Amino acid sequence: MVASGWYMGLAAALFTIGALGILLRRNALVMFMCIELMLNAVNLTLISAGRAMNDINGQVAVFFILVVAAAEVVVGLAIIVAIFRRRATASVDELSELKG
Amino acid sequence: MVEAVLFVLMALGALAGAVTVVVARNTVYSAMGLLATLFLVAVLYVVQLAHLVAAVQVIVYAGAVMTLFLFVIMLIGVDLSEDIDERLPRQRLWVGGLAGLVIVLAGVVTLSGEFVWVPAAASETIAEATNGTVQAIAEPLFTEWILAFEATALLLTIAAAGAIALAHFRRVRV
Repeated sequence: MVASGWYMGLAAALFTIGALGILLRRNALVMFMCIELMLNAVNLTLISAGRAMNDINGQVAVFFILVVAAAEVVVGLAIIVAIFRRRATASVDELSELKG
Repeated sequence: MVEAVLFVLMALGALAGAVTVVVARNTVYSAMGLLATLFLVAVLYVVQLAHLVAAVQVIVYAGAVMTLFLFVIMLIGVDLSEDIDERLPRQRLWVGGLAGLVIVLAGVVTLSGEFVWVPAAASETIAEATNGTVQAIAEPLFTEWILAFEATALLLTIAAAGAIALAHFRRVRV
């Protein structure tokens, strides 16, 4: 059996890559994908911790996170499409003044 | 032994996919990298006996969410070039410094030898306790977490209504 620390190390690495993507990229879609990456890393952490603690509630928490993430993707992509229709750009640099 | 081999293979693939998401210039490649990462992490779920969560991950994430992402990429245009030059002053320097700081911190914490990943870990893992079948997930979901479950139902309704409102908004205005 692989110790849960290895899974959590992998999850930490995935989370860090996602965070770096948020900080370095300017494409709203890629930044959104990086958010999904970070959510997924947290899910992996929860499942490993649940297994180490013999607790099924870790998997229940992941289930809830999946639902919330699905709702978040729907609204977020709708916002990106609405912005693109208005401004014809997906770069967040163009949207810095918070005006329509 | 099987778990160790699976872990190494899936971990390397997932990391490669994650790096692809960040460095790929074409948004479609980013989406494919994310898809690969989601699939391989789902395999790691199965290895840890989280069967239902792995199935939901493949169906909802790798299926529905990534289809939605690709749909939006095609709608916005795949050949939309991203300008690479950084407009925030010293952003890359700050990010590099921050990343270095995190790596040093992680190294110090690991090498101190007192760090445990799961402080409340049980002395021995019982596979039956976390065997994530549909029944095993459903029991706490519909007893202990029933209020949260109802709240997610409300959340999904609001999200669907919000997405429709956002998509409809421009057609009314134009």
